[in-house]
Amino acid sequence: MIKIEVNGKSIEAQPGEMLLSALKRAGIKVPTLCYIEGLFPSGACRMCVVEVEGQRNLVPSCAFPVAEGMKVKTHSARAVRARKTIVELLLADHPDDCLYCVRNGNCQLQELAEELGVRQRRYTGEKNVYKLDTSGLSIVRDPAKCILCGKCVRVCEEIMGVAAIDFIGRGSETRIGTAFDQGLNISSCINCGQCIMVCPTGALREQSYIKEVVNALNDPEVTVVAQHAPSVSVTLGEEFGIAPGTDVDGVMTAALRALGFDRVFDTAFSADLTIMEEASELAHRINTGGTLPMMTSCSPGWIKFVEQFYPDFIGNISSCRSPQQMMGAVIKSYYAEREGLDPKKIFSVSIMPCTAKKFEAGRTEMSRDGIPDVDAVLTTRELARFIRMRGLDIRTLDPDTADTPFGERTTAGKLFGATGGVMEAAIRTAHYLLTGKELEHLEVEAVRGLKEVKEARVKIGELEVGVAALSGLGNARRLLDEIRAGRKDLHFIEVMTCPGGCIAGGGQPLGADLSAVRARMQALYTIDHDEPVRASHNNPSVQRLYKEFLGEPLSHKSHELLHTNYAEREVVR
Amino acid sequence: MKPKLIEAKCCARCWHDADRPCPDLIACLGDGPICHDDETCKQKRRERIAGLRRETLTRPVIFVGMGTCGLAAGAGKTLVAVQAYLSNRKMEADVVEVGCIGLCSAEPLLDVQIPGRTRVCFQEVTEEKVDAVLDAALPGKISADGVLGQHRNDKLAPWPDVPYLDEHPFFAPQTRWVLAHCGLIDPTKIEEKIAHGGYGAFTKALGELSPEKLCDEVEQSGLRGRGGGGFPTGRKWKFALGTKSDHKYLICNADEGDPGAFMDRAVIEGDPHRLLEGIAIAAYAIGADKAYIYIRAEYPLAIERLKLAIAQARGYGLLGENILGSGFDLEVVIKQGAGAFVCGEETALIHSIEGKRGMPRPRPPFPAVRGLFDKPTIINNVETLANVPGIVQNGAEWFASVGTDTSKGTKVFALSGKVSRTGLAEVAMGTTIRQIVFDIGGGISDGKAYKAVQIGGPSGGCIPESELDIEVDYESLKTVGAIMGSGGLVVMDEDTCMVDVAKFFMDFIQRESCGKCVPCREGTRRMLEILQRITRGRRNETDMDALERFQGVMYLNRLAEVIQDTSLCGLGQTAPNPVLSTLRWFRDEYEAHIYERRCPAGVCKELLYYRIDADLCKGCGLCAKKCPADAIMGARKSPYYILPDKCIGCGTCAEVCRFGAVVVE
Repeated sequence: MIKIEVNGKSIEAQPGEMLLSALKRAGIKVPTLCYIEGLFPSGACRMCVVEVEGQRNLVPSCAFPVAEGMKVKTHSARAVRARKTIVELLLADHPDDCLYCVRNGNCQLQELAEELGVRQRRYTGEKNVYKLDTSGLSIVRDPAKCILCGKCVRVCEEIMGVAAIDFIGRGSETRIGTAFDQGLNISSCINCGQCIMVCPTGALREQSYIKEVVNALNDPEVTVVAQHAPSVSVTLGEEFGIAPGTDVDGVMTAALRALGFDRVFDTAFSADLTIMEEASELAHRINTGGTLPMMTSCSPGWIKFVEQFYPDFIGNISSCRSPQQMMGAVIKSYYAEREGLDPKKIFSVSIMPCTAKKFEAGRTEMSRDGIPDVDAVLTTRELARFIRMRGLDIRTLDPDTADTPFGERTTAGKLFGATGGVMEAAIRTAHYLLTGKELEHLEVEAVRGLKEVKEARVKIGELEVGVAALSGLGNARRLLDEIRAGRKDLHFIEVMTCPGGCIAGGGQPLGADLSAVRARMQALYTIDHDEPVRASHNNPSVQRLYKEFLGEPLSHKSHELLHTNYAEREVVR
Repeated sequence: MKPKLIEAKCCARCWHDADRPCPDLIACLGDGPICHDDETCKQKRRERIAGLRRETLTRPVIFVGMGTCGLAAGAGKTLVAVQAYLSNRKMEADVVEVGCIGLCSAEPLLDVQIPGRTRVCFQEVTEEKVDAVLDAALPGKISADGVLGQHRNDKLAPWPDVPYLDEHPFFAPQTRWVLAHCGLIDPTKIEEKIAHGGYGAFTKALGELSPEKLCDEVEQSGLRGRGGGGFPTGRKWKFALGTKSDHKYLICNADEGDPGAFMDRAVIEGDPHRLLEGIAIAAYAIGADKAYIYIRAEYPLAIERLKLAIAQARGYGLLGENILGSGFDLEVVIKQGAGAFVCGEETALIHSIEGKRGMPRPRPPFPAVRGLFDKPTIINNVETLANVPGIVQNGAEWFASVGTDTSKGTKVFALSGKVSRTGLAEVAMGTTIRQIVFDIGGGISDGKAYKAVQIGGPSGGCIPESELDIEVDYESLKTVGAIMGSGGLVVMDEDTCMVDVAKFFMDFIQRESCGKCVPCREGTRRMLEILQRITRGRRNETDMDALERFQGVMYLNRLAEVIQDTSLCGLGQTAPNPVLSTLRWFRDEYEAHIYERRCPAGVCKELLYYRIDADLCKGCGLCAKKCPADAIMGARKSPYYILPDKCIGCGTCAEVCRFGAVVVE
């Protein structure tokens, strides 16, 4: 540890670290707009400039290494004036339409303007005029609101390995755009929404379908059914000021009822169903010498990623639809039949932690006879907005339980919400399917935790299986390249598009730090720990569905409703 | 590719071979043979060298200055005329395309050398003058007419009535080290360069100097970065030398983006091997096995010359593997830039070579520690590297003997603008700006008065008349708000509006900003708008505009300070310089624009107001007829008058009036 002097007080710093992290640890707040922890500092926004004795200019604390005895002033008149000027300059090319902005009240630029006391339009002049890009099913880009911090570009390239967007143009005409400045819909964007998660302003947001849902709810002839993804119940609370890691499943169900949904189902049920199919598929592939390693298919960003960047791996991806789509399919078939409803008169809404799910629901393979299995996808954020719009507060609602037949789930299905969860659930069921015995120790520690690359060798009876659980597609890219280069020791790979899995998905509440994500994950593990039914094959409702309707995993009916296929995808890049 | 043998071995005793290259190759080609003593072999070498140095000619040689500047002046057509002249008359003569000797304003330049006599340089030889020049020169009837001067050469008979080139006012005050061979030798022949001492320094470095010693030598010479920054070159090399790595890179920055700068282009076009030799020495000094030359694609001729020079140097085993048996390997690669000003910045340049967008990143880590492809990388500008062979050949003391306390050696300037003689001038550090502008440049053209010289391009500053005696020196120039820069010197006369100049540079900078950091991207744009507002006429102004104009003026300084203080790279940090510098020296001009709403130099069109002098007006009505805004009223045969509210200030009336009755205010 070395000592540096900040604002007249001595603080400790680690040799080699950047000034900003030492300041953060010491509780000294220096604002940033472009900083992403763990990535090479970009130094673009200049908000974190501070005065360092001996330096001619102000220095960006995010990119300036500490040195013994260094003297720093973080809030000198000079530094504060510089920051204020920078915010004023950003505002000079900003639409100034906060009242109409999705990020009103939750915008870092707005916060800084307030914090720095910006009270006049000091710099005025021409503003860039850009068109809104609403072409994508998942993400809307509003370049006019973009402050060019570049975080979206870095996340897309350095973490997701996609690089769908980059800087275009020079000088004041610099903007962020896709290849050839085309719409997001035909770009290599995989719709993961991680760009939204890092965007400090309203330049990136989800394509909202609240209006469609409201219209359906207002239509008396339509039965509106909701399903909610495993991770949503442990994140929604944050939108209402509840501590991260609190499971609000019951009150969320109550809120959905209050909003007017006719039925509330749990996507964790169809996650259990997915496990039945996927574990069977894995067993089948291993037994019949099928394509290995098999890769999971629940994360739609990952699917598009493979289709456009690694089409040679399409055969490796499980043919199972994602839990959202399995649920959609059984709602408009088994459930409709059981309830005597016309599938056309069912409006199926899913509440997802994910923006890519919006794209997934819109895929042509995901509808039968022109009827989409899922009609509208709302993100966790949109659900919160919808709940607030109706004057509800989940903190004051009485918990409620989900509806039959698709409200019953095991904790294995719930684990889908975190990276490694699908793997853990699959191992539990695969063990039973292959050996006829329950796994003794259900927690598969090797695939738990927030580490983005987890590998293990798992014994299932006599068989030793090589498994890997990845999150963040940059990691997937590296592993696929290894496999292309000849790596052969893996049988089953779980890939979650977003780092950490769905609990950190692109549709989740904004502003969560690593500790919040960890709390969300812990909440899922606690549910798994506390409840009795912990393996998908033991879900009574799933068993009944097979008995009454599907027959058995991988049956003809299953294939028709629960499986799909993928194809190489051409995108502009 | 294995190096080929020397094309002419003196005899069978020469053992130089592709697999076992002779370390003394270069010395042998000069004063050889080295490995054996034989008068016949020595004679062969001497004759060859004399021929390559054009000390012994068998037939006349005609040199045409075919640098980009020469071509722009019509040298291409001159060359065609020369070839036609020779073929029409069935005359035998060598025609050599050379680079530029530096006096661009006298181009096209054509030199004639006939056997036994010194070479004579003719100026402004456009195609139609070729016949007359050659008619006189080839038979040896040379007079001072149309002649720029004769080249000094002790081994040849001089022309009696022809002045020497080195006594010409343009050349006399210069110290030509980097430009020594530019325009003189054939840039497409490595043999000629070697005959003039080329690659001697590199051989010396490989044979006698360790990388450490080499870095010391360059540090002791006092050589500083000629790209503008002025960082001591030897010290920079030591950072990379001291960083352990499996690969290291040397990058030659030939991006030369400053408006009005063309030094690097001329060096590469006229003497590419000097640069290559400098690159080879620098790479050896830091332990790099690969060198990139980052050159703008807008320099096609320079790129062509470089490609050829690299191929030739490889052919001689001066690049490639195990160079001259030393065990040192070096590959030189040309990387063409797409012409972004910011790519002159080190980290942006590195990104560009890596195939990424040319955007700077924060430093540290400095490229010397972590640069291209994350390996230690040294980036030197063309002129810096072109100085290196001289230092190695003649020693640090020789180099340090010229210059000021902190700035050693010479600096090449590209002199342009409102000056009588434009071109490239290489002067010793410590030369005054006055000497450059008035002695070398011959003063202001058309008898106008000097106003300022912009030094250092958009990042630099201007030097007013009162500071003309400032010396060319990294530190001195800073005291007047200017910088050494890469070498652009744009001379401005009394007809130049300094607010307009500031506007020009701000416009350039805000366009060329990479767009990454906020102060540079947004700040320069707002600064430009503030300047645009103060040069905008009252005619088109609303109340709100006036308010914005004053608000802008109020905050101009504050904005400039924040941009300087917070920008990410040098481009942004120096971006406000053109405004601050002109504001410092020509505040009165700004005040005239702001308070009096007029442009003293009469440049800012919108601030010009037109009035018809009733005494001079003959009432012809032509002005009223031509006025595009119907702003002129009157009756024929009596004085017309301009309606100020309708006048758009286009100046058409003043242009068409035959009696000078339209007065500009």
